[in-house]
Amino acid sequence: MTSAQTLSTRPVRRDRRDWTGWTFVGPFMIVFALVFIAPVIYSIYLSFFQDQLVGGNSFVWFDNYAQALGDPKFWDALGRVTLFLVVQVPIMLVLALAAAMAIDSARLHFSGVFRISIFLPYAVPAVVATLMWGFIYGDRFGLVGNINDAFGISIPDPLSNSWILLAIGNIVTWEFVGYNMLIFYAALRVIPTELYEAAELDGAGAFRVIRSIKLPSIKGAVVIATIFSIIGSFQLFNEPNILQTIAPNAISSYFTPNMYAYNLSFAGQQYNYSAAIAIIMGLATMIIAYVVQLSGSRKDA
Amino acid sequence: MSYSTHRRGKRAIALATAAFALGATLVGCSSDAGGRGNADDIEAALQEESTITVWAWAPAVEKIAEAFEEKYPKITVNVENVGTGNDQYTKLQNAIKAGSGAPDVAQIEYYALPQFVLSESLVDLNQYGFGDLEDKFTASTWNSMSMDGKLYGLPQDSGPMAMFYRKDVFDKYGIEIPETWDDYIAAGKTIHEADPNSYITSDTGDAGFTTSMIWQAGGHPYSVDGTNVGINFQDEGSKKWADTWNELVENDLLAPTGSWTDEWFRGLSDGTIATLIIGAWMPGNLEGQAPEGAGDWRVAPMPQYEAGDTATAENGGSGDAVLEQSDNKAVAAAFVKFMNAEEDGTSISIDMGGFPSTTADLQSDEFLNYESDYFGGQQINKVLSEAADNVVEGWQYAPFQVYANSIYADTVGQSYANHSDLNEGLKAWQKAQEKYGAEQGFTITD
Repeated sequence: MTSAQTLSTRPVRRDRRDWTGWTFVGPFMIVFALVFIAPVIYSIYLSFFQDQLVGGNSFVWFDNYAQALGDPKFWDALGRVTLFLVVQVPIMLVLALAAAMAIDSARLHFSGVFRISIFLPYAVPAVVATLMWGFIYGDRFGLVGNINDAFGISIPDPLSNSWILLAIGNIVTWEFVGYNMLIFYAALRVIPTELYEAAELDGAGAFRVIRSIKLPSIKGAVVIATIFSIIGSFQLFNEPNILQTIAPNAISSYFTPNMYAYNLSFAGQQYNYSAAIAIIMGLATMIIAYVVQLSGSRKDA
Repeated sequence: MSYSTHRRGKRAIALATAAFALGATLVGCSSDAGGRGNADDIEAALQEESTITVWAWAPAVEKIAEAFEEKYPKITVNVENVGTGNDQYTKLQNAIKAGSGAPDVAQIEYYALPQFVLSESLVDLNQYGFGDLEDKFTASTWNSMSMDGKLYGLPQDSGPMAMFYRKDVFDKYGIEIPETWDDYIAAGKTIHEADPNSYITSDTGDAGFTTSMIWQAGGHPYSVDGTNVGINFQDEGSKKWADTWNELVENDLLAPTGSWTDEWFRGLSDGTIATLIIGAWMPGNLEGQAPEGAGDWRVAPMPQYEAGDTATAENGGSGDAVLEQSDNKAVAAAFVKFMNAEEDGTSISIDMGGFPSTTADLQSDEFLNYESDYFGGQQINKVLSEAADNVVEGWQYAPFQVYANSIYADTVGQSYANHSDLNEGLKAWQKAQEKYGAEQGFTITD
């Protein structure tokens, strides 16, 4: 809005803005402040204290943060989710992209069936999905055990120390390929058909169309899906936490940063320290998501 | 984790932290509304209209509450199952921190009790004259509920350990009931060599089992005196257990099946897990969840380090405590007594499969002569009741045992996973506990 407009309407607008505007925004602001801002501020407040079982509560400034940054368990957890992110997210997104392209190609019979069946796992609650995969992974009575028996082979135990991260990656990929596929597919559907017609006139093949039209057009969607997946990886919790009951020795109490924070507060009553870890993780996630967004939009320009 | 929540990523983290943190600020307003009382108060309080809330997961508690209401019509008892074990302790701890919201009575396992004693959240029941009830209970359960001359609740059930075994498997391989751990290990080798899918027992590492086994071996890894805590998982008893159990761990003689999983019950059903060293509360679980094993299971005393010994330990078991937050302590105490020390209550418990901690019930003919069909007609309670008399004395848990157990898999569990020396895992566990204890303000002694 220009300054001329502001000036000319000043006496009337001010009253209206003060009252009418707030009435519309007010309810949202109250809920927003209660469920979003207040908990964050409260967590930050908490993270400056140390409440001991013996000795009580004391203000410790940034001690909890210093402790977290020097805590090998925290770095171990962070390293694990980073590895998970670097390996699992590209695999999942490439699969999702391929599925979206296939459905969008119009060369597939029953594309609706494929779309639904790839998306279906996303509709299964993560808890149920993890329990189901937990049964499948069982190497004595589960599907893995059955395959071993039937073919006389020996698949390495998916729930052992060295394979557990891969096993979790498989569950997460299974769950979320469909979701990401849908994002990509939606983006593909809004590409103007003129572009395809023009490409056809120029004699472009299918792969040329993918490379020069489809991929550049859905870049925004790819960036969004990547950011969601990064946040998801850093927040990894449900899958390992549920699998922990059947593979307690393979999934430590500090397997992921979220699990570490959870166990610190719920098992160890270290609420303050766990608040500090949660805030560090929140900041780290924000920064990385921002960097991805920035680099994604830069290439656009 | 669901990707639909990722958009609200930071919000979710913040919410979560705040949610479990909310309880923490309100510390310090612990009430004493109920006041101190004595035995006479109970009689008076029971004649007035009032309501108490009980947090318990044992299935019998609901029925006991009904019986209590029938006897004292003016009292209403609300039984709430807010989760088993750890889940309940988390909620209880939060309510204690918050200064309100705790029940009047809570079921607490023996190993978790010291943690609540430490935060001074439990009522000393001696004031109601409950100290006189000592003779009614087995020494080991009574000692689990009393500390430094105070009585923090009454024992509800107990879990003296015994060996549950598959008679059919033993017969098949010509194995005698093992008297010593050496016999037991030899039996383990025989079974696993004959059938690579069969194991003498399953154990992937369990804190409760480990501490109970060390208990039987005569170890005292914890020595607690107020806020002075000594931790030594390399004392004679701990080493004795670790060195023995290493034979099974290092030689791959334990079924790699986590307890209480679906696979575990299948193994117990089909005999590929041939024995269980576990608390006396197990029969009901076997009957319910491994029905195909009916007729094949038997009970024998726990194997010993020296032939002829009879040592055993408590494994699990819980008591009921009255919370300091309660506004109705007298009625709460009356309910605890009714449930655990009066026949009207204990008989319901036993009928529903609980293993008693009351000597009268343990020695009653009806109890001892009971022939279990599931156990092929064996009078299992004779074996289990004897085990209750042979629990080694003097055991202590750490005042932060709930946390200690939560990090067990990070340390001792790794020895299991790598089939390596348990002593190393125990040392690591000790170190982690000492670190936590020091952080929490305890004085860690040697």
